[in-house]
Amino acid sequence: MKLTMPKITFWRVVFAVIMMSGLAATYIRVTQGLAGSSNLSDEFPWGIWIGFDILCGVGLAAGGFTLAAIVHIFNLREYKPVVRPAILTAFLGYSLVVVALMFDLGRPWRIWHPLIMWNPRSVMFEVGWCVTLYTTVLFLEFFPLVLERFKLTKAHKILKGVMPLIIIAGVILSTLHQSSLGSLYLIMKGKLHPLWYSPLMPLLFYISAIAVGLGMTIFESWHSSKAFGRQLEWPLIQKLSRMLAVVLSLYVVMRLFDVTQRHAWVYLEQPGWESKLFMLEMALFIVPALLLYREKTRQNPTGLYITVVMFLLGFVTNRLNISLTGMEASSGVTYIPKWTEVAVTFSIIAGGFAIFRLAAKNLPVFEAAEHEVPAAANGSRGELASVNATGD
Amino acid sequence: MARAILYDSVLCVGCRQCEETCSERWKLPYTEKIAAEEKTSAHKITAVRTHGERFSRKLCMHCIDPACASVCPVAALQKTEAGPVVYLEDRCMGCRYCMTACPFQVPTYTWSEILEPKVAKCDMCSDRLKEPTRCSEICPTEATITGDRDELIAKARERMKESPDSYYPAIYGIEEVGGTSVLILSAVPFDQIGFSKSIPKENLPQTTWAALQHIPNIVVSGSVLMGGIYWLNNRKEEVARAEGEGREGVK
Repeated sequence: MKLTMPKITFWRVVFAVIMMSGLAATYIRVTQGLAGSSNLSDEFPWGIWIGFDILCGVGLAAGGFTLAAIVHIFNLREYKPVVRPAILTAFLGYSLVVVALMFDLGRPWRIWHPLIMWNPRSVMFEVGWCVTLYTTVLFLEFFPLVLERFKLTKAHKILKGVMPLIIIAGVILSTLHQSSLGSLYLIMKGKLHPLWYSPLMPLLFYISAIAVGLGMTIFESWHSSKAFGRQLEWPLIQKLSRMLAVVLSLYVVMRLFDVTQRHAWVYLEQPGWESKLFMLEMALFIVPALLLYREKTRQNPTGLYITVVMFLLGFVTNRLNISLTGMEASSGVTYIPKWTEVAVTFSIIAGGFAIFRLAAKNLPVFEAAEHEVPAAANGSRGELASVNATGD
Repeated sequence: MARAILYDSVLCVGCRQCEETCSERWKLPYTEKIAAEEKTSAHKITAVRTHGERFSRKLCMHCIDPACASVCPVAALQKTEAGPVVYLEDRCMGCRYCMTACPFQVPTYTWSEILEPKVAKCDMCSDRLKEPTRCSEICPTEATITGDRDELIAKARERMKESPDSYYPAIYGIEEVGGTSVLILSAVPFDQIGFSKSIPKENLPQTTWAALQHIPNIVVSGSVLMGGIYWLNNRKEEVARAEGEGREGVK
């Protein structure tokens, strides 16, 4: 390996700026506490570090369990080429969620307290346990790649043997905490705006997490094919997009049913941001759901990509609406995140992208593709080494 | 006998002595500037608020089944047998779920504390359970009194009966979130003196429990279901493999 000055590109400059601002924000968080580094208040104690970094972060990492279940439990082996990137994203996602928590918690060094100080009535207690266990599971699901890379075949074999149990545990743990992120808000009856407050929140969170798991897998495949000059697993992606269409429509139907059932449509007539952002959110779910049924959209990589991005934005809007928009009226204050909060969040996202890239370059993340779909992979590239060469 | 507080805003003259004695108890400064702040915060555990000619106190409601205690992942907030909802700082990691969950917006946080930020709220003087709370003790008009919850409810009803024209005919805290240990009387509807009308009447931890109780079920049936699907699928594969070695590459 040669040491050379990295080329200056537009995205590298953007990355550097984001990381620098994140570093500055971290300094402020450490030296001035939550007061100096956030616009959080007694009236509005949860901001974007919870609303985006935790709620969206955990959701966007749902591809790990969705694809692990599809491939290893339902035995749909054809999807194997995308399972490794999905697990890598999930592992990264959860690790970054923990990083975000270190910023948000008042006393981050006590993050382990729920492991010994129990309160089984608390959803947060359950989420804490699930996320801890599931991050371990993801590590174990991801570890074979490391063993493979360093050719530790014996350890690899042992881990493979217990893998079914690990995978099942992972799916259960994900089911529990993905839905529990919705349960977190059940207790905010009277506080969370009725456009969003629903006893069905746990179920809605769970189904949207499955959808977003599929969506993120398509999103990643598209990006990594661009970044690494790989061929897009196109037939697979098309099938995944059909699955996404089904899960997403199920979600939309449940949502519409739910709002109707609770007679909450009347709140759309009230002035304020709530109704506008609710409409935006619904549009970002319904439009992609409909588009995904169009043959034409599914056949056009760019069209499909844009549709999926629209849905991912819808997902993020939903989580932010629940955690921020919907909580504002009852709080009596207006919350706008401080630049430091935004800088930390962006740095975590940028860091995630960078680590994914690094891992994808140095570990056999995409290698399963060659074993499973020889026809698709042989022509485009051969050895792992060539991935390094085509990196930039 | 579980401790409770009755705050009768009709009798309150807004002298703010309760604020002062409370600040003393928590070793917090009490200046003119702080006295003028009409909201609770980490440096003002109880606050007297002005609504035209009327006054109302804000303090922890000490719910019978508190949302804050139910949501705390480390059980740093606990409802004690004696009545008060207390905070155990040593357990708290600062997730602030209690603050988000509290229907009355009670728990506050020492946001500017860098190393050891903590939640701050009224604990109904749980350090001295034999005597009345400091705010009750100092109150010159008996607007705030301490006692057993049932006795205080009886007393409140008595006061309302004696001068029905002075009171709005309800006690805030009997039904709110399934009942609180702080009870409030008012001359006007409660939302006019700063008590939210949108407080649900039901026990809030129950809303969470409705979902949490399914967990053991999900774990057991989920494991069996997925284990079964996995086993069936693998069995199919083994059979296929045994039947014809040539088909291996397909699946």
